[in-house]
Amino acid sequence: MVLFTVNGERISTNVNPSTPLLWFLRDNLQLTGTKYGCGMALCGACTVHVDGNPIRSCSTPLSAVAGKKITTIEVIGKTPVGKKVQEAWLAEDVVQCGYCQSGQIMSAAALLAKNKAPTDADIDVAMSGNICRCGTYNRVRAAIKVAASGKGSPAPAAAPAKKPAKA
Amino acid sequence: MDKLFTKQPSQNITSRRRFLKASAATTGGLVIGFNLTIGGRLATAQDAMAPVAAKGPNLNQPNAFLRIAEDGAVVVQVKHIEIGQGVLTSLPMLVAEELGCDWSKVRSELAPAAPVYSHTAFGMQITGGSSSVVNSWVQLRTVGAMARMMLVSTAASRWKVDAAKCRVANGMVIGPAGQKAAFGELADAAAMLPTPEKVALKSVKDFTLIGKPTKRIDAPAKVDGTAKFGLDITAKQIPNLHTALVAHAPIFGAKVKKFDASKVNGISGVTHVVQIESGVAVVAKSFWAAKNGRDALQIEWDLEGGSTADTAKMSKQYADLAKTPGVVAKKGNPDAVKGAVKSLVAEFELPYLAHAAMEPLNCTVSVAGDKCELWVGSQLQTLDAAAAARVAGVPVQNVKLNTMLAGGGFGRRTNLSSDYIVEAVEIAKKVGVPVKMVWTREDDMKGGSYRPMFAHRVEAGLDAANKIVGWNHTVVGQSLVAGTVFEGGFVKEGVDATSVEGIVDTPYDIPNMHTTLHTTKNGVPVLFLRAVGHTHTAFAMETTMDELAKLAGQDPVAFRRGYLAKQPRVLNTLNLAAEKANWGSSLPKGRARGVAVHESFGSVVAHVVEVSMEKGALKIHRIVSAIDCGLVVNPLTVTAQVESAIVYGMSAALYGKVSLNDGVVEQSNFDSYPVMRMTEMPKVEVYFVPAGEAPTGVGEPGMPPIAPAIANAVFALTGKRLRSLPLDLASLKA
Repeated sequence: MVLFTVNGERISTNVNPSTPLLWFLRDNLQLTGTKYGCGMALCGACTVHVDGNPIRSCSTPLSAVAGKKITTIEVIGKTPVGKKVQEAWLAEDVVQCGYCQSGQIMSAAALLAKNKAPTDADIDVAMSGNICRCGTYNRVRAAIKVAASGKGSPAPAAAPAKKPAKA
Repeated sequence: MDKLFTKQPSQNITSRRRFLKASAATTGGLVIGFNLTIGGRLATAQDAMAPVAAKGPNLNQPNAFLRIAEDGAVVVQVKHIEIGQGVLTSLPMLVAEELGCDWSKVRSELAPAAPVYSHTAFGMQITGGSSSVVNSWVQLRTVGAMARMMLVSTAASRWKVDAAKCRVANGMVIGPAGQKAAFGELADAAAMLPTPEKVALKSVKDFTLIGKPTKRIDAPAKVDGTAKFGLDITAKQIPNLHTALVAHAPIFGAKVKKFDASKVNGISGVTHVVQIESGVAVVAKSFWAAKNGRDALQIEWDLEGGSTADTAKMSKQYADLAKTPGVVAKKGNPDAVKGAVKSLVAEFELPYLAHAAMEPLNCTVSVAGDKCELWVGSQLQTLDAAAAARVAGVPVQNVKLNTMLAGGGFGRRTNLSSDYIVEAVEIAKKVGVPVKMVWTREDDMKGGSYRPMFAHRVEAGLDAANKIVGWNHTVVGQSLVAGTVFEGGFVKEGVDATSVEGIVDTPYDIPNMHTTLHTTKNGVPVLFLRAVGHTHTAFAMETTMDELAKLAGQDPVAFRRGYLAKQPRVLNTLNLAAEKANWGSSLPKGRARGVAVHESFGSVVAHVVEVSMEKGALKIHRIVSAIDCGLVVNPLTVTAQVESAIVYGMSAALYGKVSLNDGVVEQSNFDSYPVMRMTEMPKVEVYFVPAGEAPTGVGEPGMPPIAPAIANAVFALTGKRLRSLPLDLASLKA
């Protein structure tokens, strides 16, 4: 039996404690915003917060998060920093395919929660674990600066389809 | 043959170049010849799936391309998959421009597989060749214009006024006396009208949306985790969904001899272990159970007949082959170079490349009775649906393929063999439950369908006036399309056009250029990768041009200009990049610039790259890019795609290499196959050459010139000429 909280909800589970947190989130809780990219903590697509720290959920077993608070992309917008980051991401039109962006945003939100005015070098350190194959890096950097400065224009030009794809 | 093949696709793709040019020449104000209608009304998605079951006309029902709801929401069905290139935004822009709707009310949906969504040039539903906007340019503006005319007619007859005296703005029809009616309230009645037979499209000068920086419609769902990619299908959407992993053979083409699942059976969550054509599948209630199950499998493989391709050996074989003439791809005068005053021989080698899209390959399938439904990020729905039908043993019209968002494509999902779709359907059929088949990152990277390894050998020479007198170019590598449905379209007289594109059609006016090709075979699966043949040909071409400039004692930009007098687009693009980069101006000590320009997919891109060596490592500081992609539909998308192509190309130039040792792929994940990260990202500036009345390709053309621009900058900095990719940066430290 492992006990922890995910996005504020208390979770107890009998799932094998060696199961990576990523697959528990995705398969058991059906929180699919956290992505699988490499399974070896190499790409950052699976980044979530454990007690506020960014971790790679693909390589973190459930046993390692016992008693801890886990926050995922699904609720990061409810934190002031997470909201700013998401707004900045829209203002800078960061995303392309979007698959890595949950992880990018979680890494960026963790950075800004601890460092309100990160330098380029700080951004490099915080974000170098997040791979984007579309190459959105320069807009990721710009969006982090926008979020830090609070100068983002929150309204996207396009009224969004909540879910553009039929799922 | 399947119904889908009644129209032979390959006949339509004999020349992508010709098609792109034809499309580029097609501008506004045209009469539309293709059929969007069924029984006098706009075809609907249901019509497309089941033509006989069409119900009453109603614009409120999903139309094939467009639906206008009562609340004024405009829903555009996007026939191309969204793989990051921005079609969920750019294609609706084409509709909205002509429709005159309120852009804030536009939504996009990924269209399922259906004949009505075929590419207008390829005759099948495909996303590739940087042609999504190009092939939709007339089609989707026509859809918008037709709907606008029907809405205006409806309003005009309601008001008893002349339709010609009505106009549209922001989702309203406005009458001559100031009457107003919203699209949403007119849509039902408008749908009862016959579709207009002739449609006049707006002139470029009248565009209000096309050409404006327009943010992505799909962004909000991609920043809050709600966007659904193929891998995100869960039991919430499909009850009793299981996850399947497949144990694949260690070398391509090997088969299962026997396997022992005794250690798998005790693993909690595992439900099935089944042998399939390509290996052994473990099916479980979760990914992790399937993974543990697969790890516990013991399989004996029959390696007989499998590929023993070995890239170290191939390196020598290819280099030797390149010294002999191959099949003539474009005839010139191979003896001309003998008369050169100065000459060079340049040998290039480019490795296998994995697409390595962020989302590992996956396919979800439910087979029930004579029906098969798929949820998959497919760039080639027509062939994937046909393959699914074949494997499931159901008629192709009983296959429903739902196109999912994909975490990158880069050509891997333009899947001529439908390899992972076939596997998924085979498993689902065997186990009788819906399965989401997942390739792990390692499966993905070791699974083949690579950009082939290539060798090039160029002999070129200059006369006493430092003009090129001859250029003999030999290419060695596998064909991308041999043995596929595309072979007929691309392979002519033994030459796969994709192996030599970018050479035989170079815009440079090079006299006596003679190009030959050796097509090799070795059992390693290969496939289109972003920018296709240009990924390797541009490197050989633009590095050689740089070497010749040096040999001629001329500036690399000036030297190139001398061969572009008849190519204003290429010349203008080169000039714009050079101007914006202050080409020729002095740089801080220890920095140097390199340039390359290349034409592909109907567009031209030039890059100027600024580099230095810092602590023994190559540092790329700044890239200045110019693109001529005709009319720019969405400047944000074009800029993003040029940057994207640069990053993808930099990964290939600096790191990308799949090697095989006696048939075994040596890379498996991002540790052994590194890619560009944030820390290495240079500043990028993208400039548009003002041009054109119609768009040309955007997704790929930025990639081909980046590797040679970097290599040329390295030469300018260090005097070392690197002719193989990935660039041997270790050699620079010495």
